[in-house]
Amino acid sequence: MKLMLKGGRIIDPSQDIDETMDLLIEGGVVSKIAKNIPAPRGKAGGGAVVLDMEGKIVAPGLIDMHTHLREPGHEYKETILSGSLAALAGGFTAIACMANTKPVNDSRSVTEFILRQAACANLARIYPVAAVSINLEGGCLTEFADLKDAGAVAFSDDGKPVADSGLMRQALEYACSLSMPVLSHCEDRDLAGEGMMNEGFVSTELGLTGIPSISEDIMVSRDIELACYTGTSVHIAHVSTAGAVELIRNAKARGVKVTAETAPHYFTLTDEAIRTYSTDLKVYPPLRGIEDRNAVREGLRDGTIDSIASDHAPHSSIEKDVEFAYAAPGLIGLETSLGLSLALVDKGILTARQLIAIMSMNPARILNVPGGSLRKGELADVTVIDMERTWTVDMKTFRSQSRNCPFHGWALKGKAVMTIVGGAIKYRDNDPHL
Amino acid sequence: MILERKDVLGLSDFSAAEIDLVLDTAETFREISTRTIKKVPTLRGITVINLFYEASTRTRTSFEIAAKRLSADAVNISSSTSSVVKGETLSDTAKTLEAMSPDIIVIRHPCAGAPHILARLLSQSIINAGDGSHEHPTQALLDMLTIRHKKGAIQGLKVAIVGDVKHSRVARSNIHGLTTMGASVTVCGPAMLMPRAVERMGVVVETNMKDALRDADVIIMLRMQLERQRSHVFPSSREYARLFCLTRLMLENAKPDAIVMHPGPINRGIEISPDVADGPQSVILEQVTNGVAIRMALLYLLAGGRQ
Amino acid sequence: MGITKRVVMDAEGIDRSITRIAYEMLEDNKGATDLILVAIRSGGILLSGRIKEKIANIEGVEVPRGILDITLYRDDVVMTGKKPQMGETDIPCSLNDKKVVLVDDVIFTGRTIRAAMDALMDFGRPRLIRLAVLVDRGHRELPIRPDYVGEVLPSALWEDVNVNLSKSGGTDEVLIIQDMGMD
Repeated sequence: MKLMLKGGRIIDPSQDIDETMDLLIEGGVVSKIAKNIPAPRGKAGGGAVVLDMEGKIVAPGLIDMHTHLREPGHEYKETILSGSLAALAGGFTAIACMANTKPVNDSRSVTEFILRQAACANLARIYPVAAVSINLEGGCLTEFADLKDAGAVAFSDDGKPVADSGLMRQALEYACSLSMPVLSHCEDRDLAGEGMMNEGFVSTELGLTGIPSISEDIMVSRDIELACYTGTSVHIAHVSTAGAVELIRNAKARGVKVTAETAPHYFTLTDEAIRTYSTDLKVYPPLRGIEDRNAVREGLRDGTIDSIASDHAPHSSIEKDVEFAYAAPGLIGLETSLGLSLALVDKGILTARQLIAIMSMNPARILNVPGGSLRKGELADVTVIDMERTWTVDMKTFRSQSRNCPFHGWALKGKAVMTIVGGAIKYRDNDPHL
Repeated sequence: MILERKDVLGLSDFSAAEIDLVLDTAETFREISTRTIKKVPTLRGITVINLFYEASTRTRTSFEIAAKRLSADAVNISSSTSSVVKGETLSDTAKTLEAMSPDIIVIRHPCAGAPHILARLLSQSIINAGDGSHEHPTQALLDMLTIRHKKGAIQGLKVAIVGDVKHSRVARSNIHGLTTMGASVTVCGPAMLMPRAVERMGVVVETNMKDALRDADVIIMLRMQLERQRSHVFPSSREYARLFCLTRLMLENAKPDAIVMHPGPINRGIEISPDVADGPQSVILEQVTNGVAIRMALLYLLAGGRQ
Repeated sequence: MGITKRVVMDAEGIDRSITRIAYEMLEDNKGATDLILVAIRSGGILLSGRIKEKIANIEGVEVPRGILDITLYRDDVVMTGKKPQMGETDIPCSLNDKKVVLVDDVIFTGRTIRAAMDALMDFGRPRLIRLAVLVDRGHRELPIRPDYVGEVLPSALWEDVNVNLSKSGGTDEVLIIQDMGMD
């Protein structure tokens, strides 16, 4: 099938393109990108479906490099199918899913299972992230080479830090030799203790145990030094503190191969929001102070932080409709991530082009996966965005199986209106003009 | 004369006028407890559920007596475990309670914010009887009633709060209430038991008890919340007492007419030496008496509020 | 149209009524023995003081006087969030076997008196309770009747009856006030 996206504003940072052009898709790949491509004629053989993209942004498919799909093990929270549907509705053509399933994705069989389920769903591309250590216990490394061969794209014990610095060194060195990234959840558990939210004035007033920002900074610093010393690279997951942003900025300046991601809640909310004790706001790392939020925004603006990932973490009412202390940490973000990120463009913090790079090209490069570009011959993964579309977050309409979203009722501007994976339209907003 | 709120969850959002209203109302209720027949029919037909997720004989008894002196029906539900352990959500708990048609629910919970979540789920009035390390508004109100009784007014007094401030809900509620009423508050305790940025609550922070007590009109000693601390935060009780026990000698640093308060139960010899606890400056038992009056006042002011 | 006021008792009339009430009480009780006046807060306070003075003048005896706040005994107190201002209750002695005379300025529906009788019972078991009022304005909702009445003044439901007593007594008056509203 041929698909012609006509007259949209094509933004493709990989080719330095930002102008009104047409995009022709043939055989699941990009076949042509140019101004005023004549519509292929003839209904039988060469005919193409022509879609008018006027007023829309046509971008390389967005990639969320940090999600939790809960399958296998916690299918009542999310499945690979429901997570994929949520991803498509949020404008993501590909998502990476973390290893903290039950059983943990620490072996070929689990990785293969995930890929098989993804193939059955045949929706978004699913990239499994395998565990660094067996059962996420921080004891001994998983079989990196075998997992890579099975289809894992990265290694991470996300949800838990690799507390043992020696093990982390081994992981970085071994992964590097296999050209695989390590995604690090940075947290000093001894400092974090039984903390439930950011330590500061708000935690003091609320009487909730605090997690100091330095519990993140210290581990970010350790991982940077490990990468520097061993000449390897490391990716810092969900950056939330001003200190971590500064450490990464300095490390990049001195040539350390460090990349980083943050999540929309860290540049949107602060710990002040927890005054309601809403458990949907319980998340690790915790929502920080206003200085941290501003530093994360600045880190995105100046390129210190490479990527925005949702850290989509579905939980049911059994985990969330409880006391704050007992609530499981995490919030869902696949369907709100783009809308919240576009607010940074609206505020003038990022340009649309920067944001597209942050949400497509950069994660593709960090994970070393195809996509993130509309170059001729690339996979035809495309996200069409309506920047002017205002909509209200309504969790009742979510494709995700879970409802732990603190943004319910928020009015957002900008939305994915079409998501194309491998040349096939997998999601289409109920927009009469499309 | 009206308390414009459904719930009493904490003193952080109480105005001075509201605190005055509660204290004035409690003042008239003190008299009832001195009668031969200590009961008035005011809250006949009102059901009060005392929902206690944490053991507390004192506070529960105080609320129960308060309800009964006003002729309300008080029902005690004690649960050592959260509903979460039983596989129930807080909404399930709320719906179950609602089905029993209470009018006021008094809740004590080891988790900060639990009363706030229940208050959102329920149409009934919620009174927070202590939530984790967060707030204990009725304790602070009874403390303020005691202070007002002994000192005439709260405005302008110097109050020292000494002990494990970090884990103390009594400290937090008193800081909110006393600063709202115009007292100047100094908090004092071991450095590692001082919560971060507490000075932003409008208090002076001291780690030396002598400095904290200088010119104090009121001394509120906190209970060592051993159950709310992670292990090994302080070397030993002996070491604690060496620095922070209110002895007769230490008390000499305060004003000669300073009053000594403690929310109870006292760890004698750790927080307060026995001679001070039983001495002429101690008003600890009056606090208990005032506790009943304060709780009667709140039940009275909240009852029937939303018809 | 505003508010119209009508004086229905003047200082002289009020004083005559109080004197008569005091005589009736003493006659009824055959003296002042075991008599105690209990004023209902706040309308009965000044009036009970006057009656106490009269009795002292007639008999040369100071009868004890208590003050009762009936707020907590009202039947409408939990109907709304708005709570009436409360005052102190001060009963100077046990009421066991006493002849109690409740004193209020105006009797209207009778609900206040019902509440007052319940409250009295919590302070002991009086031998009897009587009721003295300066004005009976009618409209009773309970089977209650005063024993000593200054004056019966039938009034309309929309009218207010105000008894203004002063400490000295010179400017005493009873008014019927009608608020016609604004139009």
